Parts: sequence; C-alpha cells; structure tokens
Amino acid sequence: MTRRMLGRLANPQLLALVGVLLINWLLFPSFFRVTWQDGRLFGSVIDVLNRGAPVAILSIGMVGVIATKGVDLSVGAVMAVAGAVAASLVVAGYPAPVAVIAALLVGLLCGLWNGFLVAVLDIQPIVATLVLMVAGRGIAQLITQGFIVTFNDPLLIFIGTGSFLGLPMATVIALVLLVLVTLLVRKTAIGLFIEAVGVNRAAASLAGIRSRMLLILVYALSGLCAAIAGIIVAGDIRGADANNAGLWLELDAILAVVIGGTSLLGGRFSVPLAVVGALIIQAMNTGILVSGFPPEFNLIVKAGMIILILLIQSPLATRIAPRRPQRARIGVQRTAK
Amino acid sequence: MSIITKLALAAGLATALSSGALAQDISGKVVGFSQIGSESGWRAAETSVTKQQAEERGVDLKFADAQQKQENQIKAIRGFIAQGVDAILVAPVVATGWDDVLQEAKEAEIPVVLLDRGVEAPEDLYLTSVASDQVKEGRVAGQWLVDNVGSEDCKVVELQGTVGSSPAINRKKGFEEAIAGHDNITIARSQTGDFTRSKGKEVMEGFIKAENGGADICAVYAHNDDMAVGAIQAIKDAGLKPGTDIKVVSIDGVPDIFQAIAAGEANATVELTPNMAGPAFDALAAYWADGTEPEKFIITESKLYTAADDPEGEYERRKGLGY
Repeated sequence: MTRRMLGRLANPQLLALVGVLLINWLLFPSFFRVTWQDGRLFGSVIDVLNRGAPVAILSIGMVGVIATKGVDLSVGAVMAVAGAVAASLVVAGYPAPVAVIAALLVGLLCGLWNGFLVAVLDIQPIVATLVLMVAGRGIAQLITQGFIVTFNDPLLIFIGTGSFLGLPMATVIALVLLVLVTLLVRKTAIGLFIEAVGVNRAAASLAGIRSRMLLILVYALSGLCAAIAGIIVAGDIRGADANNAGLWLELDAILAVVIGGTSLLGGRFSVPLAVVGALIIQAMNTGILVSGFPPEFNLIVKAGMIILILLIQSPLATRIAPRRPQRARIGVQRTAK
Repeated sequence: MSIITKLALAAGLATALSSGALAQDISGKVVGFSQIGSESGWRAAETSVTKQQAEERGVDLKFADAQQKQENQIKAIRGFIAQGVDAILVAPVVATGWDDVLQEAKEAEIPVVLLDRGVEAPEDLYLTSVASDQVKEGRVAGQWLVDNVGSEDCKVVELQGTVGSSPAINRKKGFEEAIAGHDNITIARSQTGDFTRSKGKEVMEGFIKAENGGADICAVYAHNDDMAVGAIQAIKDAGLKPGTDIKVVSIDGVPDIFQAIAAGEANATVELTPNMAGPAFDALAAYWADGTEPEKFIITESKLYTAADDPEGEYERRKGLGY
C-alpha cells in the first residue's frame, strides 16, 4: 500500500515540480522562507501558489475538455468577460454577491455556447472556441468601454487578494475546485465517460453514453472555471482590464494540462496532475522573477524547461529509463488510474 | 532649446510677419485625421484631445478610425485627398509603405502631419511629425529620483515594458542616462511587467521577496503608470508604505496614477501628453499664414508631475478623456 502510494508520488510531474523548486532555491536561497505577516503567510512559495491559482483553475476546466479530444481556446477571453461583468456591476451599484453570481453565470453561458457549437453543431473544437476567443475580448471591451474599470468593493477584493487560514484566497478556491472536480470525475462514472468519449465518441455513443450532454457539460465547466479565474484576476488588481486580463492564459492552461500528462488526442486524463502542471509553470515564472535573470531570457528559460519536462515524460525517455520496469516488462500499456 | 520656447518663437515670428492678424486663427479649415484605432487608453485620450483641440480652434475635423489596419488608413487618406481637405493628420500604424499615398497628398498640395509615430519615407513628403521623446521621458524620471534621494544609497527596481518594444528600450535607456554618474543610485533588479497592472504587481511581489522583504528597495521605476499601480498594491500587501518606504516613479500620466499621487502612494509621473494635435495645428497655422516650414521633428514636452502639481485636479481633467 505504502509502496503504491510512493510509486504514485514518483511520477514525472511531481519530480519536475520538485526539480524546478530546487533550482529556484539554488538561484535564490531564501526561496522557501515563509513568514507570517498581517495574518497571512508571506513568501515566494506562497507567491507560486497564489499566482499559479488562475492558471490552475483554468486547467481544471481545460483538462476535461482536452480529455474529450477537444480544446477550449476561449478561456482567456471568458476571464476578461467575467471580470468585466463583475467590475461593471459593482461599479453600477449592484451588491457584490449579485455581481459575482452574474459573472459566473456569464462564464457558464460562454461554456454552454462552446459546448453547443461543438456537441450540437459538430464544429471542430479549435474552431468553435476560437470564435469566442476573438469575440470574447471584444465583448469585454464593449462592457468596459475600453476603460480599466476600477472598484473598491471589499468582497471582490477579498476574492482576489484575501486570505483564508493564512493561505491566499485564490489558492483556497483552486484547492476546493480541485477536490470537487476530482471527486466528481473519479467517484462517479463521469470520468470514465469522458475518457470513453475522448477515445472514440461514436463507440461511446453506441455503448449508451450521452456524449452530446457530456461534451456540453465539460465545456460548461471550463467556462465556469474561466469565470472564477477572471473574478480572481480582476479582484487582484481591483479592476477589470479587458485588454490584458487572461491574455494568452489559454495557452498556459493547455500547457499545464499537457505537462500533467493528459494527451491532446483525448482519453486518459488527470485533474490533480494538470494542477501540478500549472504550479510548475508558475514556479518557473516566480523563479525567473527572484533569480534576477534579464527579462530577455524569460521565454527562452521557460521554453527550455518545458521541453525538458516533456522529454522526461516522452515514450522515448520511458524506453531509455523505464519508470515502472515491472509493467514495461510484461508489456501492459499504462492506462487510466 | 525646449519645445515651448521653439513654439513660442515660431508663434511670435508668425504674428510679427502676418501684419497684426492672428496667425493662429485657422477656424473654418477642414482637417482630416486618420487615427490608428483605440487599442489603448492613451490612444482614446489622444483622439478626444485632438477633437477638443480642433473644436477650440474652430477647425472642422474629419475623423477616421483605421482599426489597426494600414489599408484603412491609406483609404482614409485617399478619401481626405478626394474631399480636398486643407490638411491631414496621420497617426501611422506601421512605419513603412506610406510613400505612394504621401506622394498623392503632396501632389494635391495638402500638408500632412504625422502624430506620435514616425514613418520611413522621404522627409519632403510630409510637413512635420509631432512625437514624444521616449528617451527623454526616462531621463526626466531618472532626474527626479536623482534630485530626491540626494547622496543616500538607493537601490532601484525597474519594471520594464514589453521586452523589445521601443518604449521599453528607450525609457530604460533614458533612466540609465540620468542616473549615470550617481553611484549611490543603482538598478538592483529589472524585469518585464508587460505594461499591465497584474504583471506589474506579480513582478513587484517577486522583487520584494528577493530584496529582503522590500526593506532594501528604495524606489521602483515603472515604464508605465499601469505597472506602477500594480506595484503599489504589491508594496501595500507586503506591509510597506508605497510613496514613503518605497518611492514610486513612472511614465504616462494616466488618471489613476494621479489618484495614487494624491493619496501619497506614488511620487511622480512623467506625462506622455495625448495632446499631439495642438502642436500640429500650431505648425499648420504658421505654415498657412506665411509658408513657415516647421521643424521636421517637433518633440512634445515630457512634463513631470508630483504631489505639488494638483494631482486631484489633473485626475479630474483626465478622467473623461477615455484613458
């Protein structure tokens, strides 16, 4: 039992995360120093958890979509829309809970729209979600009329920058979502259904899975997650920046899912490992910030690290240095846990 | 010679030559304005200030929004030429590809003034260009810091704009020029915040951790105000006082930074004026009055604003401009 647990922990994603954190520690010796300040934890590791939360939340939604052989390019734009809705409503005088719920509903609606295009109209996911990726930012700009809508609402600011039990609120929200979604897909049959649809939608339908409903569900979840991330990002800077909120984060979310070992071809997926992927990306970002590299190197360092991490996970690396020799020997293909 | 004295001289000369009549009176003239689009708050402010300036002078401004496309700008300029306007203002979206359409304007004897960006075309194809000097903006910010820290040791952290963009390169260069020779001021850390609030905040958080919880940082220099606003929040989250514990100096002069200055949370900003049209109209007025050829490159003023410059008033004046 213990050995199996240890075996589970020794997967390449967690090793990569530990590796990146160790590199950060070598570059910046007080990387792991955490202090207690103003009723919250304070330190670089906390920054990784806090700043990584939006992409982690996006990747929780994205992993289900990618497991169905789809992709959701619109999440960055949906973040901007949700932030714009929440900010505009509180500025217009609506109570904050109403603004938050409205923003979440708008995100859900965006997800349902994507799901409708993909599942009902059978448009390829990359094209279907590209529509909202482009239009969404325009919608957000329309809502904010091109301004950065700033607000002083305590609830929205709490969601973005508050803390719960010393942990940043964004981290707590990501953690709760992680647990809920993991339970949803692993303690019910939904996870298996998603994998079945991702491997072969026609076969899954013939086997009695309502694949259309399932697709709409995963895109709706992705939209909802994007809205949550959007509210957090807006609360963080006390303003909705339609031009920049969530810009390119869809790519970070897809990368996090891929680093987490989920195949873009659908099927096998893991929600916790996607979150680990998001943390790896953020650990690199934070590491670059505290290490003092010139900014010209940011993207090169990131790209180099990511290639390395993907290489470690590749079938080639598994052949050269088998991670689980007993399985490799008897030729059992790794399947979903 | 500063731009103000240049303009004053030009205006004075023009008045002297134009037999007592007001040389600046250009009311009734029709001017076409091809704007890039409204990609940033500053751009929107430039559009509204240009319209204001035209109205003040009684100029009939024909406005065309190119939505970031050069082909739309060329179409708009051809349209202005066909309508026979008296002058054309262009904020060019890219630097190349203007020779033909500028030649057409020249043949129609319509003076063209470039606003805030230059083009790669023969200089005789346009009357003048009005732009800010980004290196100077950095220099003014750096000079403010030099004047304000005296001989104390001062570790500065820098929030750069988007890597490789010309404002980031030039504003960095100007700041470094200003602090050169003042060995007590050093740039301890420099990272890109992509000109956005959220990245500015994130990068500043990292800097604070890396510099002994922020205790070692004396000042933050941000290449734009938005990053400074983000940095101010990061400083507050770390339990420090922005403006006091860590000085904040940035560039652009957007309304929100004036609020921060009024609250004592930011110290200074260098204005990138959205009023590019004012000097352009002045140059046109002199040109129409007696054919005075203006300088080929008119540099706008990079004015420094601090708490002494009525930040509340500046905020009120700017908030309606579309920033």
